[in-house]
Amino acid sequence: METLRVMRQWWHDRRRLGITATPSLPRPPMRMGLQADRRFRTLLGAFAGVIMLLIGAMVVLLVSDSLMAWRQFGIIPFITGTDWNPPFKIFGALPYIYGTVVTSVMALVIATPIGIGCAVFLTEFAPRWVRTPLSLTVEMLASVPSVVFGLWGIFYFAPWLRSGVESWLTHHLDWIPLFKGPAFGIGIFAAGCILSIMIVPYITAITREVMLKVPAAQREGMLALGATRWEVVRIVVIPFARSGIVGGAILALGRALGETMAVTMLIGNRGQIKSSLFAQGATMSSVLANEFTEATFQLYTSSLIAIGLLLLVVALIMNILGRWLVSFSARNEATGRA
Amino acid sequence: MATSTIPPRAAYGQFTPQNMRRRQIVNLIMIGIVAFCALIIIIPLVHILGVCLAEGASSLNLNLFIKPPAPPGVAGGGIAPAIVGSIIMLAIASVLGIPTGVATGIYMAEYGTRSNRYASIVRFVADILLGVPSIVIGIFVWTLLVRPFGSFSALAGGFALGAMMIPTISRTTEEVVRLVPQTIREASLALGIPYWKTVWRIVIPAASSGIGTAIVLAFARVGGETAPLLFTTLGNNFLSFNILRPMDAVPLRLFNYAIGPYEEWHRIAWATAFVLVIAILLLTIAVRRIARGRFNDGV
Repeated sequence: METLRVMRQWWHDRRRLGITATPSLPRPPMRMGLQADRRFRTLLGAFAGVIMLLIGAMVVLLVSDSLMAWRQFGIIPFITGTDWNPPFKIFGALPYIYGTVVTSVMALVIATPIGIGCAVFLTEFAPRWVRTPLSLTVEMLASVPSVVFGLWGIFYFAPWLRSGVESWLTHHLDWIPLFKGPAFGIGIFAAGCILSIMIVPYITAITREVMLKVPAAQREGMLALGATRWEVVRIVVIPFARSGIVGGAILALGRALGETMAVTMLIGNRGQIKSSLFAQGATMSSVLANEFTEATFQLYTSSLIAIGLLLLVVALIMNILGRWLVSFSARNEATGRA
Repeated sequence: MATSTIPPRAAYGQFTPQNMRRRQIVNLIMIGIVAFCALIIIIPLVHILGVCLAEGASSLNLNLFIKPPAPPGVAGGGIAPAIVGSIIMLAIASVLGIPTGVATGIYMAEYGTRSNRYASIVRFVADILLGVPSIVIGIFVWTLLVRPFGSFSALAGGFALGAMMIPTISRTTEEVVRLVPQTIREASLALGIPYWKTVWRIVIPAASSGIGTAIVLAFARVGGETAPLLFTTLGNNFLSFNILRPMDAVPLRLFNYAIGPYEEWHRIAWATAFVLVIAILLLTIAVRRIARGRFNDGV
């Protein structure tokens, strides 16, 4: 009724003002509730905008603060420069990029088969009484802080590697440049190994998630054909989950690239490129952790921020690619195709 | 990706009784291998926990929690300033992270339909923020809050942790709010209750335990973070309550003691590690168990 009255009034006013053209229907005034709905939605939307603001500010600040280094050295020379020499104001990031790539790839090579194996065991073979505590263990391993891995790495893992794995490798595979001694324990090899322990839970969690989406009918079909349970895994489950597994591995790689504390504590922190895995090295994140608060002049800080920006870009590419692959596999599941 | 809805044709001929024995052996071997994979995942965790307890046991006493750090080389001392600092910074982080994260999650769950471009962009950006290396967040906060103010501060450290909490909380919140049955919303709307009130008074209370889980998990995630604190709060040997000045934090103290040269420091580092790991693990496990039970019978 209220609406009608307003409309009539409005119509009346127009007449009086001498407007005679047929109007389009007037919009009734909004009810209070609707207006509040709109405000509520806007408010929540504004909170959601904070995330965009953060990422936007991050990109803008990192770019603007690293400009000095990019200008001074140029993008390609900065990335390919092998000399990082603060006293001479020369900065090239290659030793750190090398360290990051080598440790991460090493971690991935070690962790992927183990992570997938564990996921297969959890989804396909483990009896119930094993499954629950085991998946809990994997979750727990993922939540142990990086710095605790570092502590453990310094005092137990690296010495164990030196006396066990590394001494064996330097003894028997000495002819491969990768395994040339001497091995100190602390070094790229140890950093890569501890990274692999840290990313295994991620690979397992994601792989397991994708594998659980394989339709039961497919498994049953294979079993009905007389396949063994391993054959079910090999022929049905893994192909079906493949893109999700690859995506999970890439997400884990993104994590490994940015992992800081444990790597900083174990890699030895020497910016050098050596063919041996047992040499000491440094990664992009470890050089940031070590030198950022000690950077005494602007170009130094700017170069470090440039490394941070590189790290951000690489991690984001890995992250987006990985998520896309995982969701790709999830979509396949929705349409029933692999 | 047109591999196999149906097993590849090659598979059909394979399952013959003639090669059954070989296939069963392969089956057993592969089960052994994947079980072994699972086993070697367990070893590091058990070893870490055991070693933390063994090495830290001698320093694991009340002094650890109430004493300030001793001067280098002097026995005793504790991590009281670090514990206080961590609590303060987590409080600052929650002021930023909890309202933002929860509101974002609710927005994405309630309004994030397929046609809502804004919501899908926000979701994408939240995923991205989740993948940003924590040390990069540290640098970002340094440029944002440390350099302009001219001092390392607990405020900056809290901000960095808060920024890391937002995406964790928002993604989990979105999931749990989506679990609230649509019929409850419809029932409320049918009674003439406006949508905002439906969300505020019906949906959020229904999802509250899940949202609580999201928050606690975010705490567990950022509580052990060291990298974003290195250039923001820096660390401090003394008890401090001024959030505009450097403050200590548990993981930072642990890091400094671990790479330090003194035996005594290492012992305290182990005890600290034990406390930290146990706190985080208990939070994670307890909350997951509760949440799981709740969702199974509730929704």
